[in-house]
Amino acid sequence: MSTLEQTAAAGELTEHHHGPASGIGRWLFTTNHKDIGTLYLWFSFIMFLTGGCMALMIRAELFQPGLQLIEPAFFNQMTTMHGLIMVFGAVMPAFVGLANWMVPMMVGAPDMALPRMNNWSFWILPFAFAMMISTLFMDGGAPNFGWTFYAPLSTTYAPPSVTFFIFAVHMMGISSIMGAINIIATILNLRAPGMTMMKLPLFVWTWLITAFLLIAVMPVLAGVVTMMLMDIHFGTSFFNAAGGGDPVLFQHVFWFFGHPEVYIMILPAFGIVSEIIPTFARKKLFGYASMVYATASIAFLSFIVWAHHMFTVGMPLVGEVFFMFSTMLIAVPTGVKVFNWIATMFRGSMTFETPMLFSLAFVVLFTIGGFSGLMLAIAPVDFQYHDTYFVVAHFHYVLVPGAIFAIMAATYYWIPKWTGRYYNETMGKVHFWLSFIGVNITFFPMHFIGLAGMPRRIPDYALQFADFNAVASVGAFIFGFSQLIFLYNVISCIRSGKKASSEVWEGSHGLEWTLPSPAPYHSFTEPPVVK
Amino acid sequence: MSRATPWLLVALCAPCAAWADWTVNLTQGVTDISREVYGLHMLIFWICVAIGVVVFGVMLWALIHHRKSRGAEAHNFHENVAVEITWTIIPFVILIAMAVPATATLVKMYDQSEAELDIQITGYQWKWRYQYLGEDIDFFSSLSTPQTQIGNEESKGEHYLLEVDNPLVIPTGKKVRFLVTANDVIHSWWVPDLAVKKDAIPGFINEIWTRVEEPGVFRGQCAELCGKDHGFMPIVVEAKSEADYQQWLAEMKQAKSSQAAAAEKTWTLAELMESGQQVYNRTCAACHGPDGGGLPGVFPALKNSPIALGDPAAHIDIVMNGKAGTAMQAFRDQLSAVELAAVVTYERNAFGNNTGDLINPADIAALKQ
Repeated sequence: MSTLEQTAAAGELTEHHHGPASGIGRWLFTTNHKDIGTLYLWFSFIMFLTGGCMALMIRAELFQPGLQLIEPAFFNQMTTMHGLIMVFGAVMPAFVGLANWMVPMMVGAPDMALPRMNNWSFWILPFAFAMMISTLFMDGGAPNFGWTFYAPLSTTYAPPSVTFFIFAVHMMGISSIMGAINIIATILNLRAPGMTMMKLPLFVWTWLITAFLLIAVMPVLAGVVTMMLMDIHFGTSFFNAAGGGDPVLFQHVFWFFGHPEVYIMILPAFGIVSEIIPTFARKKLFGYASMVYATASIAFLSFIVWAHHMFTVGMPLVGEVFFMFSTMLIAVPTGVKVFNWIATMFRGSMTFETPMLFSLAFVVLFTIGGFSGLMLAIAPVDFQYHDTYFVVAHFHYVLVPGAIFAIMAATYYWIPKWTGRYYNETMGKVHFWLSFIGVNITFFPMHFIGLAGMPRRIPDYALQFADFNAVASVGAFIFGFSQLIFLYNVISCIRSGKKASSEVWEGSHGLEWTLPSPAPYHSFTEPPVVK
Repeated sequence: MSRATPWLLVALCAPCAAWADWTVNLTQGVTDISREVYGLHMLIFWICVAIGVVVFGVMLWALIHHRKSRGAEAHNFHENVAVEITWTIIPFVILIAMAVPATATLVKMYDQSEAELDIQITGYQWKWRYQYLGEDIDFFSSLSTPQTQIGNEESKGEHYLLEVDNPLVIPTGKKVRFLVTANDVIHSWWVPDLAVKKDAIPGFINEIWTRVEEPGVFRGQCAELCGKDHGFMPIVVEAKSEADYQQWLAEMKQAKSSQAAAAEKTWTLAELMESGQQVYNRTCAACHGPDGGGLPGVFPALKNSPIALGDPAAHIDIVMNGKAGTAMQAFRDQLSAVELAAVVTYERNAFGNNTGDLINPADIAALKQ
C-alpha cells in the first residue's frame, strides 16, 4: 500500500461527464455511492436526534423520584422507541453510510458493485421509520415492550400497533441485508489490482466481516417477528405456553440475532479506530494480521454466546456454564485489539486532532464497557446485575463512547475528503470535551445505582437511587445539547471551511487520500495499482 | 487529552469523599450464597481494576511522552509475534482463574435438594402471589405506597415503592425453595439481599432457594419489564424465627376463616360501595383508571361500558374468570367473595353507571364453590 500509482487526473475528467443530476431527483434516483452515503449519514443523524430527544424525555422523568412529566405507559413507549431508533435508525445506517462513502475509495473502485440495489436499500429506510414512528399516534400507543420485545408481552399483551412495528422491522432487515450484499460484492470483486485481502484497510476488513454477520442474523430477526405475527393474527402458539409453545423460545431466537447484532454495531467502529490511530500516531498499525484474526474470532464467538442475556430464565447448569465460558473467551480477542491500538500509539509521534481525541476516548471508555461486560459474563454474579442499571451502564458504555464516538471520529476524519474543506478544529475539540464529560456524567453513575439495586425500565424509583439519577440526567442534557455543536460544525464545514489538500492529514495512508479533495463524483474510473 | 486526564481523575474523585454514604456497591446480603456472590463480584472487580491500571497506564505514558509536540519521532515497528502471543495467553490464564470459583458458586446455587419449605411464587400484572405448599396459605402481595406519594402530592415515606400490603414470610434457618412462575407475561423475582433472581415465566416453573440465618426484612423489585406498572410491583420478604413464623401461620389461618364468615352476613349498598371503592383502587384502577376511563386502545373504559351496564351475570363472569387473550385477569382466587361482590357493585354504580344493582356476597361465595 505504500506506493500508489494512479492514472493521471482520472477523477478530474469524469467529473465533467457524469456530474450529479440537479434538484430533488439527484437524491431520489441516485446510484452514486457518495450520494447514497450522504443520504445514509443524514438519515442516521436525524434518527440520532430523534432517539436522543426520547432519551432526554426518559432522563427528565427520572431526574427526581415520583411521576412528574410522563405516565408509565408512555415511559415504556419512550424506552422502546429510543432503543429501536438508536440501534436500527442511528448506529446501523451510520456505519452503512460510512461504508458507502469509503469502501469504494479504499479498495480503488469506481462505485459500489450493485448501485441500483444501493439506492433501494437506502430508500426503504425512511418509509420503515416513518411507519414505526407513526405508531406513537395510534390508539394504544407505540410499542411499549422494550427494544428486546419479549413475548408474550409483545404478542398477547401488546398494543395493536405491534403489527406495524413487525412490518417496519421486516423492511429494516431487507435494507440491511441488501446493504450487506452490496458491501461484500464490492470488496470481493472491485478491488484494484494488487489490493490483496491482507492489504485491505482494516475498516474494509471489519465491514466485510460485519456484512457476513448481517446476512447471517437479519433473517433470524425476520423469523422471530414473523412468528410473533403468526401468534398475534393467525392463531399459532410459538410463544404461548397455553397452546404448547414456549416464551423462552422467543428469547433464544431473538438473542441468536441479538448478540451478533451488538458486534454488527461495534466491529466497524474497531475498523474506524484502527484507521485513525495510525494516522495521528504517524506509525503503521501494530499487529495488522492479528487485528484481522481477532475480528474474525469475535464474529465467530458472537454466534455461541447468545444465552448470556438469559442467565435468569432457568437454563440447566450445563447451559449456564457453557455460555459463561464462551462469553469470557470474547475478552481474549477484544484484549488483543486494545493492546494493538496502544502498541500503535507507543513510540509514535502523536498529535491530538478531533478524530484522534474521539478515538482515544473510544479506546478508554470502550475498554471500561468491556470490563463491565466481563463482570456480567460471570453467571452467578450476573443474577445480581441482570436487568439492572449496571447493564444499562455497560451497554451504553460500549454503544455511546464506543459505536457513536467512532462514528463521530470517522466523520471528522473523512469530512475534509468528502467536502474538500476542513471542519473548525476548536469547535470540534469543544464538541469532544463536552461529549466526553457528558457521557461519563450520564453513564458512570448508572454503574452505582445498578449495583445498589435499581431495575432498568422503571419510570419511578426508591429514594436511595435519587442522587445518582439526578446526576445522570444532568449529564444526559449536556451530552444531548453538545451534539448541536457537531451539527453546526458539519454545516459550516460544508459551506465555508478552509480548503483541504488531497492528503488532508500529515500522517494519512491509504487509497482514499490519493484522490483529490473533495473526492470526484466517480471515485476510481481507472483502477489504481497497489504494490 | 493526556494533560487533562490526571486533573479529570482528581476532579472525579474529590466529590466521592463527600458521597461516602451513597450506595455505590453491591450488597453483601444475608445468606452464605449472597456473600459468596459479593466475594466473586469484588474479585473480578479488582482484577479489572488491575488490568485497567496497567493498560491505561501504558497508554497514558505513551500519550505524555510520544507526542509530536515534544519532538517524538515515530518508530517503525508494527508486529512482534512473541509479544502478541504473550498478550493472548495471559488474559486466557486470568479468565481461567475467574471461571473456577464462579463455577463452584453456580453449582451451589443450583443445588435444589433437601428443601424444608416450598413456596410457589406467581407473577401477575402487577403483583405477586405466594402459595405455601402443604399449608393452605395463599395470598397476593401488592404495592402499598399510596398514589398520592407517587403523584408528589404528599412527601414520600422511607420505603417509597419498596413496601407491600402482605409480605412474604419465611422461617429463619431453613432451606426455603421457591417455585417461580407467572400468570400472564414474564416477570422476574429479585431480592438483592438473598442474591436470588429468577424469571417468572407463564407455563413454566423455575426453582431457586435460599436460607436466611437471622430475622429481618429484605426488599426487592420485579426485574423484567412486564408492562405499564413494572416499576410498581415490589417484593418484601420477612424472615421470622421459627416461633414467630408458627404464630404468623396460625394468624393467617384464623383470618381466612373470618373472611368466609363475612360473606354470610347481609350487606347494604353503601357498605359494598365503600369497600368496593377500596378494592377497585387497589386492584382495578391500574388499568381501568381511578375514574373508570381506561386507556384508549389498550385498556377499555368501565364508564358507560356495555358490561358494567348490562347483565350482572356477564359482568361477574368476566371479573371472576378474566378474558382469555387479553390483560384481563381472573380474579376468582385473588379476591374474597365479599371483595368480588363489592367491586362489581361499585363498578355498576360509580362513574355515573347508576344501575342501582347490588351484588350479594353470598351469591358470589356460591359461585366460587
